[in-house]
Amino acid sequence: MDALTENWDLVLDGFVKTLQLLVGAGALALVIGTLVALFRVSPVPVLRGTGTVYVTIFRNSPLLVLLLITYYGLPQLGINPSFYWKVVLAMGLYTGAFVAESLRSGINGIPLGQAEASRSLGFTFGQTMTQVVLPQSFRNVVPPLASVFIALTKNTSLASSFGVAEATFRMKGLNNDYATERVVIFLGIALGYVIIVEAISFGAAMLERRWRAER
Amino acid sequence: MTKSTVLYDAPGPRALRRYRLIGAIAVVALIALAYVVVKVLYDNGQLEYEGVWEPFVTPAYMEIIWQGLLNTLKAAVFAILGALVYGVLFGIGKLSDHRLIRWPSWLVVEFFRAVPLLLLIIFSWALLDQQVDAAFYALVAGLILYNGSVLAEVFRAGINAVPKGQAEAAYALGMRKSQVMGSVLMPQAVRIMLPSIISQCIVALKDTSLGFVILAPGLTTVGRDIYREYKNYLATALVLLLIYLVINLLLDWLGRWVERKYSGGHKLNVTAVGVLGEEERQARAEVEAARQAATKGGAGTGAGGYQ
Repeated sequence: MDALTENWDLVLDGFVKTLQLLVGAGALALVIGTLVALFRVSPVPVLRGTGTVYVTIFRNSPLLVLLLITYYGLPQLGINPSFYWKVVLAMGLYTGAFVAESLRSGINGIPLGQAEASRSLGFTFGQTMTQVVLPQSFRNVVPPLASVFIALTKNTSLASSFGVAEATFRMKGLNNDYATERVVIFLGIALGYVIIVEAISFGAAMLERRWRAER
Repeated sequence: MTKSTVLYDAPGPRALRRYRLIGAIAVVALIALAYVVVKVLYDNGQLEYEGVWEPFVTPAYMEIIWQGLLNTLKAAVFAILGALVYGVLFGIGKLSDHRLIRWPSWLVVEFFRAVPLLLLIIFSWALLDQQVDAAFYALVAGLILYNGSVLAEVFRAGINAVPKGQAEAAYALGMRKSQVMGSVLMPQAVRIMLPSIISQCIVALKDTSLGFVILAPGLTTVGRDIYREYKNYLATALVLLLIYLVINLLLDWLGRWVERKYSGGHKLNVTAVGVLGEEERQARAEVEAARQAATKGGAGTGAGGYQ
């Protein structure tokens, strides 16, 4: 246990960095994802096409290769933000595609009859959106969005190879210093990830339960 | 033609004119963006042949990239085959009537789904004493543990998606539990599961790129060797991206085709959400599906997409 007890401050600091990545990349992904989802459901074919191309490219590229582009590639174009931002940029662009798909499926999951009913009641477009469609799509979107953020949490581990000293980076370091305690170190760091994943999962379940009551 | 959707009415003449205007502005914006990208690339010497794109048309390097691609595909194939075996074992384990089998299976599957794949790969490699030759096995082992755990959920959901009456009928004919599973449930479940399994192949293939971290043989490691030599980081990364994209799009297309042909246009919905509360969510979804199937008056059409 020495490896973890003697270095708990390093491990804790690692998880703080993990959470910073999660928040930064998550926020960027939400902005990009919302925009792309709006493109994908818009009535203008060019915008829909743009959204589809974005999602297709970023969903099918490995995150690691996107990291290579932002981390090593951007500086070649004279664009050179800090390690943190290079990693957040790649993860935000990648996760944004998944956020867009979740939001779109949430909106598409609402039966057409709902909109027809509100139109026949004389609701305007704005009223239909704010009173009928969007409140329900938020509810539909909670479980898939939670999955996306859980996946993002796990993906932040890739930052360990790109100069950000987050939790997985700490595991590598401790592995080298305490070769005999690898299993304990692994389980300890893994537990940290499990706790974050559980927290997101629990939060999503709470939201779902609260919103389900209104149905 | 734009149809009426939940969001929009069928457009009238004024709306159509507005849509066309927005479309035209978007096209201009996209062209401007493309121009800026090309200009920035050009100004920074990224479009030159010599030293930037040269290696990708040089036979010796093309050969190395090809080898890297083969290694990547090899890792992906081993990983998926291993994950299928693992997934069947633990998926059936999770459905077992015996608590001593069900609980450990549940724990193993939930643990490996919640832990980052990279952590598993680095840990496996540490257990193999970080030998250079062992990197490939560490990569495959990590991929099997993670993808196998996801596939275990796919198997469980697939078997649960077969209408209950099928198993009941088989039991009524006097079949034993293993026969019911092997001859009745599994063959039908596989049809339902195929599209999900192919999606998981894409995930596994994308994740082979993590071999980079432990220098396992494969595309990304080859890319590293090339950009170290030529300092053409951006070009190399873009070539890697293109190769992965082409293979994944082919797999994606295959998945859609299988989905149409064998699964009646439906796909199992096995989300990665949560580790706790998953059983509860699953149970609720099944009840909901059963309820919908019942109200439609058709047996089985609603449950998990079985046609």
